[in-house]
Amino acid sequence: MSTLVEVSKLSVHFTLRGGALSRLTGRGSAVVRAVDGVDLTLRRGEVLGLVGESGSGKTTLGRALLGLVPATAGSIRFDGTELAGLPERRIRPLRRRMQMVFQDPHAALNPAMDLGTAIGHPLKIHKLTSGEAETRTRVLEALELVGLAPAERYYSAYPSDLSGGQKQRAVLARAAILDPSLIVADEPVSMLDMSVRARTIELMASLRDRLDLTYVYITHDLATAKLFCDRIAIMYLGRIVEIGSVASIFEQPRHPYTKALLKAVPVPDPSRSAPRDLPRGEIPDASRPPAGCAFHPRCPVAFEPCGWTGRDLRAHLEDRWTRLGASAYEQESRVFADFPDLEFSPVGDVVVAPGRLHTASDVLTVLNDARADAPDDPLWRGVTSMSVRDGKVVVGFASPVEPRLLPSPGGSGHVACHLHHPS
Amino acid sequence: MAGRFRRTLATVRSTGAVPRWLLYIGGATVLVFTLVALAAPLIAPYDFDQYRSDGTRFPKLGHPSGDHPFGTTVQSLDVLSRVIWGARTALEVVVLAVVFSLIIGVALGLISGFVGGWLDRVLVLLMDALFAFPYLLLAIVLSFLLSDAIGSGVVTTALAITVVYVPQYFRVVRGSTMSARELPYVEAARVIGAKPRTIIVRYLLANVVQSVPVVATLNAGDAILTLAGLGFLGYGIQPTEAAEWGYDLQRAVSDANAGIWWTALYPGLAITVLVVALTILGEGLNEVLNPTLRRRRAFAFLLPGRSASTQAPVLAAKEPR
Repeated sequence: MSTLVEVSKLSVHFTLRGGALSRLTGRGSAVVRAVDGVDLTLRRGEVLGLVGESGSGKTTLGRALLGLVPATAGSIRFDGTELAGLPERRIRPLRRRMQMVFQDPHAALNPAMDLGTAIGHPLKIHKLTSGEAETRTRVLEALELVGLAPAERYYSAYPSDLSGGQKQRAVLARAAILDPSLIVADEPVSMLDMSVRARTIELMASLRDRLDLTYVYITHDLATAKLFCDRIAIMYLGRIVEIGSVASIFEQPRHPYTKALLKAVPVPDPSRSAPRDLPRGEIPDASRPPAGCAFHPRCPVAFEPCGWTGRDLRAHLEDRWTRLGASAYEQESRVFADFPDLEFSPVGDVVVAPGRLHTASDVLTVLNDARADAPDDPLWRGVTSMSVRDGKVVVGFASPVEPRLLPSPGGSGHVACHLHHPS
Repeated sequence: MAGRFRRTLATVRSTGAVPRWLLYIGGATVLVFTLVALAAPLIAPYDFDQYRSDGTRFPKLGHPSGDHPFGTTVQSLDVLSRVIWGARTALEVVVLAVVFSLIIGVALGLISGFVGGWLDRVLVLLMDALFAFPYLLLAIVLSFLLSDAIGSGVVTTALAITVVYVPQYFRVVRGSTMSARELPYVEAARVIGAKPRTIIVRYLLANVVQSVPVVATLNAGDAILTLAGLGFLGYGIQPTEAAEWGYDLQRAVSDANAGIWWTALYPGLAITVLVVALTILGEGLNEVLNPTLRRRRAFAFLLPGRSASTQAPVLAAKEPR
């Protein structure tokens, strides 16, 4: 199979404006790394699933593939044409060949346009038909193609006359009428009723066969991805952590995050209780991603090189105090001079100052207590030493190593995890 | 287009009674004024600047009588004719002013909201500056400047009033454009390869103008007042060019002290009635068109009884808001 889209080292960063003061002084603007160094090859005719939680950057990656958001760095080659850095004016003719299906079918159609006009508009814009009559014929064909029959009746209907599933079919018709090579479908069924989902997926699969389409299917739902995709890429905080065929992802998941996502797929079996080892916490702030592997704070099997820093220590202690209650929190947090500051400690050894009326050994006692209470917590694998120096406690961390996406050992896919690629 | 019209009519029918009647009464009154203005040459007994007929001069400050039902002024002009011709002037000025400010305001609002960036900032600053000015002062200054450049007349006055009302359309349209710009269907238009101009005209315009009719009717009422204010102060249309209610009122100020009521009453009544009618028309439209204000009317259903003798229960079905 030949390559349709070749993405290499693609980054899409968004600048946050910050507060009024930082805007005035021009300082303190944070950068969200929505997509951070992604390599991806899309083969002609395949369906690639992009799977991840909200905030993993899957939608941004999909939009960047179509040139809808400018790439900060890296390259996107669409059938030999470089899209990154191309002005909108030059991308416009290419849009004939790449289309998008949106998550919310209720907002993806212009409410003031009837379906005939809306679906025929792409033809008009690209001047693909010779006149009104031909446009009309093509629109009617497209309506039939997506199963909106009798087409004559839907031709003059307004979006408000349709159900969600019908609207999504109309959106598919608008995308398919241009006979594109690539369709990026951004969670196309997540807002549809359960009963309509499977049929919409079926429709997309049949369009793929009839129009020779390549799909990028963006979703957070592994169940539909299994149904529809050939390959699946698991994304976490702007990076691909694992990519492989559907079989290898479902039968031999390598990355702990993939395993966790698979466990979260609900199984219709009342005798099986809900899994208890779902990933802890939430996806972190993409403007301040954790060091090393971004997944390590939530990873049950993380170890030394995964990127432990002071903020992990802070999270661990807060977690401990949440468990132990208010009195433990009041006693133990007083020992630290500036506890919240741990969040912003740089990579490397962390120097913890004792609070007023406390000494370094008090801090050490609290840390040792925490360690003794949860010796199996992955955090303590990353802590190499705790010692007193100049009246302060120095916590040593193993130096973080960023995992790279490498061929998974003994498998067909690629995975970015230190467990599989000990450095 | 026909479909949209039918939809609008259906919304009017399903609106509650009070806003519906506001709409009907306001609309009917405005319609009457419009018809009078259009038919002025046919129904006005005399010309607006006619002070004699068949060689005899009309009486000065004549009481309302058979020849002059609304009496005559100190210049021997027929008050009824002045009021009727004044409606024509008001209609001309207001239609021109509303059309001009609507076109300019909507276009600028769309561009400003869609393009954003420094253009948006400059336009907002400009419009806020215009907004901050006392509107009558602004209109006076503009009609002063314009009458130097292109002479005074209906078009000049309309232009002066236009500038006063552009910021209102601009604000309303810019706001809704900014929120519509982020909706998926606008991005979908980009995806199918539409140019920014196509996006603005085909995808945004129809979805951001809902509140414009309301602003337009309310502004029309306001514009009548501005026109009358300009005329009253002597900066409006020259008395030789057209009849104007504000000018007539100003001439009637001295009459009122002498117990002559008819020269002031009729032009004043015309201004008041038309402004009130336009305002309640605007309020009615607002309640009909604005879905957050709209209260659906409760329709009564008659359930067929099991037999003729049983009383059919009446159910009131109210659509959830």
